[in-house]
Amino acid sequence: MKEASKKLAAKVAVFRREHFNAAHRIFNPAWDDAKNAEVFGKCSNPNYHGHNYELVVKVTGVPDPDTGYVMDMKLLSGITREEVLEKFDHRNLNLDTAYFRDLNPTAEHIAMVIYDLLRARIDPALDLQVRLYETDRNFVEYPA
Amino acid sequence: MVYLTRVEHFNAAHKLYNPGWSRERNEEVFGKCANENWHGHNYELYVTIKGEPDPDTGFLFDAKRLSGIIREHVIEKLDHKNLNIEVDFLQGKMCSTENLVIGIWQQLAPHIPSWVRLHGIKLLETPRIFVEYFGE
Repeated sequence: MKEASKKLAAKVAVFRREHFNAAHRIFNPAWDDAKNAEVFGKCSNPNYHGHNYELVVKVTGVPDPDTGYVMDMKLLSGITREEVLEKFDHRNLNLDTAYFRDLNPTAEHIAMVIYDLLRARIDPALDLQVRLYETDRNFVEYPA
Repeated sequence: MVYLTRVEHFNAAHKLYNPGWSRERNEEVFGKCANENWHGHNYELYVTIKGEPDPDTGFLFDAKRLSGIIREHVIEKLDHKNLNIEVDFLQGKMCSTENLVIGIWQQLAPHIPSWVRLHGIKLLETPRIFVEYFGE
């Protein structure tokens, strides 16, 4: 604890993991179906496919001296549920959300949208990064 | 007796929706899983066969050949597909994980060689929800 007390101004990262299931189709609306199929293969199936997405939200800052918290995890969980899960879980990302009408719902773009949604709700003094797993073996981070 | 398991995976869209019911009834029974515009999963498939190892090879069955059978008869039909619309062996059936695992068994069983037996299939819809089927 003595060592820890010397580091009161040091930053700590805290993480919250959530998950949601969704359907999507990788599709560039500026291209026709043939060009989409050529570039994106089976990921552009017009009947959609889907994933279990795992989301890891990373918040970095100096722990508050009174609470010892970087951020109340219950608060972070609530914000993530409201901003991400309620909008994306069991939805079709292309059809059921406002964000991907004109934006291709790749993992990269989904992570960027999630970042913007969360950033607006989290103290600007705290750093934010999101990691999104589309499968166990494919995942993205934003900001890079 | 030795049991050999091969793990494969596929991603697909589906919905839990009984076309004989009203939209309200579907939402009451299936909740958000009934979303008319689909949702989706990363499915993990465990196929287990059983038998005695061949004295010459030490193999129950070549795991790579088992993988090839699963890919040809199951994964190619399911991966990146819409289960309700595009899968011949699910036509007219509810696309629950239970019905899917039975359908996968029926696809695989005729292609498993006679000297081994298909023991069981485990299918994970999410890391926390899975079903098992033993052909009973």
